[in-house]
Amino acid sequence: MTYVAHDETAYVTPTEVGEMELYHPKTFIGKYIWSQDAKVIAIQYAIVAISIGLVALVLSWIMRLQLAFPNTFSFIDPSNYLQAVTMHGMIMVVYLLTALFLGGFGNYLIPLMVGARDMVFPYLNMLSFWIYLFAVLLLVLSFFVPGGPTGAGWTLYPPQAILKGSPGATWGIILMLVSLAFFIIGFTMGGLNYVVTILQARTRGMTLMRMPLTIWGIFTATILALLAFPALFVSAIMMLFDLLLGTSFFMPALITMGKQASYTGGNPLLFQHLFWFFGHPEVYIVALPAFGIVSDLFSVHARKSIFGYRMMVWAIVGIGALSFFVWAHHMYVSGMNPYFGFFFATTTLIIAIPTAIKVYNWTLTLWQGNIHLSLPMLFAIGFLFSFLHGGLTGLFLGNVSVSVPLSDTMFVVAHFHMVMAVAPVMVVFGAIYHWYPKITGRMLNERLGKIHFWSTFIGTYAIYLPMHYLGFLGVSRRFYSISGTNFIPESVHSLNIGITLAALFVGASQLLFLYNIVRSYFNGTPSGPNPWNATTLEWQTSETPPQHGNFGAELPLVYRWAYDYSVPGVEADFIPQNMAPHEVKHSSIGLGST
Amino acid sequence: MTIFTQVLLKPWEETGLTDHPLRFSGSTHAADKRVALKVFLGVVSVLFILLIVAYAGRMGYEDWRPAPEIKLLWVNTAALLLGSISLELARYSVKRVKINLLYISLFGAGLFTLFFLYGQYQAWLQLASMTYFKVNNPAIAFFYLITSLHGMHLIGGLIVWGGILIRMMGKFDAQNIHQSIELCALYWHFLFLVWLILFGLLFTGNNLDYLLIICGIKS
Repeated sequence: MTYVAHDETAYVTPTEVGEMELYHPKTFIGKYIWSQDAKVIAIQYAIVAISIGLVALVLSWIMRLQLAFPNTFSFIDPSNYLQAVTMHGMIMVVYLLTALFLGGFGNYLIPLMVGARDMVFPYLNMLSFWIYLFAVLLLVLSFFVPGGPTGAGWTLYPPQAILKGSPGATWGIILMLVSLAFFIIGFTMGGLNYVVTILQARTRGMTLMRMPLTIWGIFTATILALLAFPALFVSAIMMLFDLLLGTSFFMPALITMGKQASYTGGNPLLFQHLFWFFGHPEVYIVALPAFGIVSDLFSVHARKSIFGYRMMVWAIVGIGALSFFVWAHHMYVSGMNPYFGFFFATTTLIIAIPTAIKVYNWTLTLWQGNIHLSLPMLFAIGFLFSFLHGGLTGLFLGNVSVSVPLSDTMFVVAHFHMVMAVAPVMVVFGAIYHWYPKITGRMLNERLGKIHFWSTFIGTYAIYLPMHYLGFLGVSRRFYSISGTNFIPESVHSLNIGITLAALFVGASQLLFLYNIVRSYFNGTPSGPNPWNATTLEWQTSETPPQHGNFGAELPLVYRWAYDYSVPGVEADFIPQNMAPHEVKHSSIGLGST
Repeated sequence: MTIFTQVLLKPWEETGLTDHPLRFSGSTHAADKRVALKVFLGVVSVLFILLIVAYAGRMGYEDWRPAPEIKLLWVNTAALLLGSISLELARYSVKRVKINLLYISLFGAGLFTLFFLYGQYQAWLQLASMTYFKVNNPAIAFFYLITSLHGMHLIGGLIVWGGILIRMMGKFDAQNIHQSIELCALYWHFLFLVWLILFGLLFTGNNLDYLLIICGIKS
């Protein structure tokens, strides 16, 4: 690297960033309940998202218990099995991962990392959280209404989603659709904030290409979400019309419960197109923030600049753009025009190129790095394995000819859990272990964290690796019972028991993580302001945890990119983004050109 | 420096405070609001584009029965156009500090918009009273869905419009009101444009059909 020292005042444009007026509440309720501080809102988002995520975790146990020990538990019947499948999927994808990455990490990290005092519209930000909470409560309410929650599968395909034979086909599906509509309204408020804050409120010197990749990931994912969620919104409203007003957007003429329904000529495929126009970008709405965050984790904990920064930015943006052209690979067996399959298989495989670039760059960042096997790094490496694994099985499912026989089998379940559940959750954990010291001022317990990592990493492999094999054998997903199916060998039942035991083990080990979070909050080792010696602005705040307004009297000035680690000729192995060139101490050995 | 030039920079090669800071619209809070509105209009565009695409997709099936034309929509369109023109006039008058004209044009913009919404409601009633009316005809259902979504966006605009009127009741800062009216005008023009496209393509005969044939999507 060539180190070029500039006169740091040479390019100052002093009127660039205006100070924003902050609302300073005096009461406890103003500070922590109706808070307009993005950091508090982030924690509110995280608490709600993780809480509802734990409900979804328990639902997955219900599914697994039934599959491993059929007809053993009286509280599991075919209806509530399907309800558990549906609610588990929807909660995990939308209400946990989307909310946690964008509402949680987005709110906490965007203002701090770009050097802003807060989001540009704090009041709107607060509203966004409360609408999200309302959406979650509506969803929870569906567990208590007559008929229970919807059991239509997380994809909510009509016509079965609103026909009497499906569990929760009245109140359950209504609450789900209304909850989704509110979630989208709330998210749009938050999303506008994230985008405008990144575009407009960066501090002086923070050019687009000096932003940490975490911000690039969250930024691109937010744009994706803003463009993709309207499809889900529209389809939710249309399905509500079909259910409540008797329209026929998606409902074909059909006989149900022995009677001719009043519907005529609706098109169920239209719903699938709309749903997956949202659904596939949704994968990247979750994945892109994870990509960004994990890039920063690798760089900080390997003490090395990220390999191919520009390429990483372009890959994030490229993946985001391509994700709008691949949706119908979820519909190969839906009966759509076969030529579409060729088109969507091609675009799906093209998306592997920027994704592979990212994987290579992460690996090359680690190459000859000074790797610290800290907890965030362990989880980041765990992500790399599970994402690579899930990505490779994606190549199988992207090809029409291979995908068709594997459709609706456990192979699909294994694939998307590796790529969209385990991989992003690894990053969530890595990120929490990484930023917890900034949020609380204390370190998480390392021993507990390592037990948590290994139990989660090995445990999830124990769940999903054998599941691929079940898929090859033709075991269908979403089936309450596979007994009496001749082509299923006995070994499947043994595997199912093993998978369930692993799932129970992995789920229980998350309690260790929660215990660590609570225990360390009160008894953890004080972390100091920058325990990882990181360069980005959130670690350079005058107080830890940062107070309302983030930075002291003056906003930081940014002089460099976010990845100045192990710079030759510099004494410390990192240079904070806000360190002026004249403040950098040079060592006598290995001095590069200056 | 454009966003495209910026993403070509090599940040590892340069240190110091750079001279390409890159805000899209200045650094004031008003500029933030302008950017936010534009992003929001992008989201709304996607919403209506998806509805048009869904409509076009459904049209392709043999059993498609178009909804009957409603002449009243022409009047409604004129009302919304006048609402949009009034807001443009309000924008002009606040810029030139012509306060009386500002009051009249701003008030007129709201009234025309309310007239439009009332007209849409009347169109709903007209359609419902026709012999062609069938709730399970997708063309009719689309009409109600699309007009209600468009109307709800206008109602949102009217809430902001009401807020501006309240702020103008006492002493007010013309600069501040100017910014709000500019944003309102942009929003109204956008929603008028959206309505024009929806009206032209979907609710005045088979224009969308012709468009698809011209584009070679449909034979």
